[in-house]
Amino acid sequence: MTSSLSRREGILGAIILVMLVAIGLRAPVFVTPSSLLSVLTDTTILAMMALAQMAVILTRGIDLSVAANLALTGMIVALVSRTAPFLPIPAIVVLALVIGLCLGLINGILVAFAEIPPIVVTLGTLAIYRGLIFVLAGGAWLTTKDMNEAFLSFPRSSLFGLPSLVLIAGVVILLFALFLNRTSAGRSLYAIGGNPLAAIYCGLSLPRYRLLVYALSGAVAGLSGYLWVARFGIAYSDIAIGYELTIIAACVIGGVSIGGGIGSVAGTLLGALFLGIIANALPVIKVSPFWQMAISGAVILMAVIANARSEKGTLKLILPEARRAAGSGP
Amino acid sequence: MSENDPARSVEIADRKKFRLADALLRWEVILVVLLIGVVAVNAAISPYFLDVDNLSDATFNFSEKAIVALAMTFLVLVREIDLSVAAIIALASLVMGLAAGEGFGTATLVLAGLVVGGLAGACNGLLITRLNLPSIVVTIGTMSLFRGLTQVVLGDQAITQYPQELQNLGQGYVVQAPPIGISFALFLALALIAAFVLHFTVIGRRLYAIGNNPIAARFSGIRVNRIRFALFVTSGFASGLAAVLLTGRIGSTRPNIALGWELEIVTVVVLGGISISGGSGTIAGLLIAVFVLGLTTFGLSLLNVPGIVINVLLGLLLILSIATPIVLRKFLTWRSTRKRAQNVR
Repeated sequence: MTSSLSRREGILGAIILVMLVAIGLRAPVFVTPSSLLSVLTDTTILAMMALAQMAVILTRGIDLSVAANLALTGMIVALVSRTAPFLPIPAIVVLALVIGLCLGLINGILVAFAEIPPIVVTLGTLAIYRGLIFVLAGGAWLTTKDMNEAFLSFPRSSLFGLPSLVLIAGVVILLFALFLNRTSAGRSLYAIGGNPLAAIYCGLSLPRYRLLVYALSGAVAGLSGYLWVARFGIAYSDIAIGYELTIIAACVIGGVSIGGGIGSVAGTLLGALFLGIIANALPVIKVSPFWQMAISGAVILMAVIANARSEKGTLKLILPEARRAAGSGP
Repeated sequence: MSENDPARSVEIADRKKFRLADALLRWEVILVVLLIGVVAVNAAISPYFLDVDNLSDATFNFSEKAIVALAMTFLVLVREIDLSVAAIIALASLVMGLAAGEGFGTATLVLAGLVVGGLAGACNGLLITRLNLPSIVVTIGTMSLFRGLTQVVLGDQAITQYPQELQNLGQGYVVQAPPIGISFALFLALALIAAFVLHFTVIGRRLYAIGNNPIAARFSGIRVNRIRFALFVTSGFASGLAAVLLTGRIGSTRPNIALGWELEIVTVVVLGGISISGGSGTIAGLLIAVFVLGLTTFGLSLLNVPGIVINVLLGLLLILSIATPIVLRKFLTWRSTRKRAQNVR
């Protein structure tokens, strides 16, 4: 199974390289180090959130509320920093993590203990979180003039020649890689998604792990909320609208199986990078940005087909329908 | 997902005894209570709520979504989902707009909308049944693809040249007094047909069988994939019909037409008591949920509550109305098992 996954990542990596060469031939300016670094910076939030989403999908769940969580947390920290400009940046970051975590815990409690299907819960909280932004800000937009200098400059600042966004994402990615591959809790997520019944018989507590993944997903969304609002200098009810689907698309392109139990950190990162490059390259090679949505749709479809083919060899099933039955429940 | 856990259904119990609590906890009963509550509260707050003309006006705002929700009900029953419905509406409306630009008549436009919808649905169905792919991901993909194609063609432009007859179709009435809109009448007629098919025909029983256990259904000789395919085509057709009505009603096609409708449609289906893990739910439940959501939205907008705040309340309604019976039922079973344990002792 490991070999088929790494082969898949190799193919995805090769596709990305070919794509970079092709774009570079048409617009050499795109493949200069500074331009590539800005593509990387643009992709960091997507990459972090795709990893958190992967942890949720691994347990056969889904979190549609992440983009709304991002926007709500971003709005709250912007409001807090406006009324209390003396707050240091570490306090703002911790606040964003905590708010995001709490919003994620609401999902987690409803999924784990009330046992409502995740798609229903997160569809509901998506609407609630989006609306709360409007209520909290009284429908107003917060722009750069409502945010203080320190608040705005942190995501744009650099350390050791790398933007702090890239450094933060690097730390988050490293933690996720360690968590999913090197801790028993992380491996348990794969076990739960692979076969929930077997996981119960092994003594794993399903509610506890479900709570954990939604809390994690919420915390990462909260952190991204501060970074997003400070980077783009704007907070209102529609920021990152529909972004949850881009995040899920990054996972799917990276080889995460929506049926649970399959997915790797490297694959998901490549999936996010793939989408990030497309989004940044279209204007450079003078393709109308209106094409972006259609292209990512086509890419998602190709990725799902590729996933289904590569997953075929990984399990021995007596009944072909059993895979379908196990994987199809939304 | 949680309700699919095989661990929860290993015990085969006898048929349950009738209990009043169970009957009162039936989904449709809860919905009716909710509906009565919504009407009572709104009528008490605003004198304009129980006005026939206002109510008739309100039906225009939810009938198109409700038509698609009927098709979505069938899909959710068999454990599938179609998130591309709103994008299909956009694509169908685009083709109608292009045809209208070429000077075609209303009949051709209606046909074009329906055919594009059906083809888009067939596209979903083929990918899902032939290649055995999960419908949630496929339809996220086709959602981007269909909406993306619409954006590519339209750019930031809008098509606003439509024949008057098409607008009459979207804005017109079947009966003038009491005023019943064409789209609302269509929805009611389709709901009747859907209820008949689902609750009184073999096909309907088969849908429940597939939703409860697709493998067992296949071994019982039900052509599961053929039915799945047909349901996706139906969902496409319903979206095409919604596109015809919506395009006629607002008289224009913009890139963001029907944006986000898929979530509202899934919400009404789930609120209607159709289990997202398949195999249970009724058309009656959906019908009442359509009215609950439609009238709540209408009542709140009479009070000048902004749309996004209405969404908060609808989200709360969705989660609370589903969580309450589950938590209540858990509490009841917990109490009865404790009582049984005490009796044994």
